[in-house]
Amino acid sequence: MTLSANSSSALPASVDAMLELLTSRGYLAERSLATVTYLSLRMGRPLFLEGEAGVGKTEIAKVLSAALGRKLIRLQCYEGLDVSSAVYEWNSAAQMIAIRMAEAAGDTDREQLSSDIFADRYMIKRPLLQALEPDVAGPPVLLIDELDRADEAFEAYLLEILSDFQVTIPEFGTVKAPHPPIVIITSNRTREIHDALKRRCLYHWVDYPAAERELAIVKSRVPGISAKLSQQVVRFVQALRNQDFYKSPGVAETIDWATALSELDARSLTPQVVGDTLGALLKYQDDITRMQGDTLQKVLKEATSET
Amino acid sequence: MAINHLAPEQTEQFADNIVGFARALRAAGMPVGPGAVIDAMNALPVIDIGNRADVFTTLEAIFVKRHEHALIFKQAFNLFFRASEEWKHMLDSVPLPDQAKKKPQAGARRVQEAMSQPRMTETPQHQEQDLRLSVSDKEILQKKDFAQMSAAEITEALRAIERMRLPQAELLTRRHRPDSRGLRLDLRRTLRASLRTGGDIIDIHRLGRIEKPAPIVALLDISGSMSEYTRLFLHFLHAIGDARKRVSVFLFGTRLTNVTRALRQRDPDEALASCSAAVEDWAGGTRISASLHNFNKLWARRVLSQGAIVLLISDGLEREADSKLAFEMDRLHRSCRRLIWLNPLLRFGGFEAKAQGIKMMLPHVDEFRPVHNLSSIQELITTLSRPLPPHHRSLIRSAA
Repeated sequence: MTLSANSSSALPASVDAMLELLTSRGYLAERSLATVTYLSLRMGRPLFLEGEAGVGKTEIAKVLSAALGRKLIRLQCYEGLDVSSAVYEWNSAAQMIAIRMAEAAGDTDREQLSSDIFADRYMIKRPLLQALEPDVAGPPVLLIDELDRADEAFEAYLLEILSDFQVTIPEFGTVKAPHPPIVIITSNRTREIHDALKRRCLYHWVDYPAAERELAIVKSRVPGISAKLSQQVVRFVQALRNQDFYKSPGVAETIDWATALSELDARSLTPQVVGDTLGALLKYQDDITRMQGDTLQKVLKEATSET
Repeated sequence: MAINHLAPEQTEQFADNIVGFARALRAAGMPVGPGAVIDAMNALPVIDIGNRADVFTTLEAIFVKRHEHALIFKQAFNLFFRASEEWKHMLDSVPLPDQAKKKPQAGARRVQEAMSQPRMTETPQHQEQDLRLSVSDKEILQKKDFAQMSAAEITEALRAIERMRLPQAELLTRRHRPDSRGLRLDLRRTLRASLRTGGDIIDIHRLGRIEKPAPIVALLDISGSMSEYTRLFLHFLHAIGDARKRVSVFLFGTRLTNVTRALRQRDPDEALASCSAAVEDWAGGTRISASLHNFNKLWARRVLSQGAIVLLISDGLEREADSKLAFEMDRLHRSCRRLIWLNPLLRFGGFEAKAQGIKMMLPHVDEFRPVHNLSSIQELITTLSRPLPPHHRSLIRSAA
């Protein structure tokens, strides 16, 4: 939990500074998110972000790495993710060539051969091992994205890495990070992550932003949009989230939709233009069907009134 | 980050506050370990503790590890940190965890039952008289309807259920393990082995895919009309959950409750007791449609994503049977690998799907089976251990 002198200089010194740092990179975070991010940096703890898809969980890792000038190492999780694609793999083809070369040269010292071919240069480093390596710019940002997609076996493997920041390789020895990387883990909750892992992290639930913040986000991410349209867009999306949908639109969808509308040169929301672009917001046919007719009129009226 | 740069008295008050707060959270049912308390003490000096919102977020990030606990935490925080003096007073009223939650001894209930009168009187109904002189007692028990069992027979049935084990291997995963007959070459092990002979490859090592059991998700109807079966099914689900990890159990009557965690406790009696403590609408009415809707919306993506088999245990007697019910059933059917409806009503020989609810639900299930006695549960286990049909054949089918 100690911080090295060279890395702490770049880190923000208070929650407000953190908030400023994120804002300067166009990430308009709630204060609570800035607080946990700041804490995770100060305490050297992984940050576990959970929430619906499209609320900006992955984005914060990207912004953080850009703002702090650190390398971003991303591990996208999927079912069947194993050590050879997450941590390291031996370059077997190169090893075999080395063996043949040694043979041709008449080299028969087994010990020597063994230590030669299990050396650093025959190792293919995958994201987790890369993240443990020292970097000139300071410890990198390690993004472990959508951990809920990996299976339990991989989660158990992460426990060692996240608490000690080290990896044991049988042929090679233990690799330990001189300075722990900044770890951000995200999950969409398609399954529960084990408590043992969460216990090692700071946990934060990322919610949909409030209307005001979402409006600011839209304005900053879709620069050409008119004030009137952006307001209607945000109101419409916020009203949609109150509906009983299978999948409510996230901030990413709001930005997509606003971009789409602005590309279409829409001045304000009309049933026609909403109907044509609804696919940018809702991703389930059932939800889109439900939006037809009365519900659409109602939500639209809510969104366009008094503007 | 050590806390020694603070004045000693300040540190002490911090510690008192945090420990007291952690105790309050624990008493409210949140799992708060000593590690979290230490974390909190390390974290607070880093932030500006004058800012209440920041303190809230900090403590929340440390103590709350499940979104469901966020509400409890918020209430506890607001109560605990309302005024500087009041908390001390409150602290006294919070019992220490070991006193607050003294576990009832697991065997107590069974001992009590053994001493007392049978819980159920022998049912005089003669709907099904398949007792024949030629069959042994054990066979009678296999065929006897759960609803007509005496207390002793129920005990016997429970024991039989506890012995039931599902076969393990079912789903092929994308992970590999050493397997001499596997299809994939394990170059790493081959090379390592070859070094022993100075680089000559003699043995080829192979990898095969790991198989693991498909997750099971059970939706159990606990309405009044099912009450004679509920306890036995819970025992059954507890027994299979013991053997394989990925079993999720939901109970529904008028509302849906996730009891997966409650059912994880080793002792069946304790597990069932904490289940019933979690449920508010035991033996009440049924709202299948609404419960399925809740399940589809809140849980389906979380528990069905790995090719789960769904067991829907219900008699299907729904009053508000309308197109919504069919819609939710269809959605459920399309999001799981196999939907098996277990219906105790099927025990009657001349059963016909006359009730509106049943008619609505039937087109959307892969299998419709009786579960009213031990032999039907045994058959269910046989079904579950058969190889699974290809995933999502239902995707080809047009949506109803």
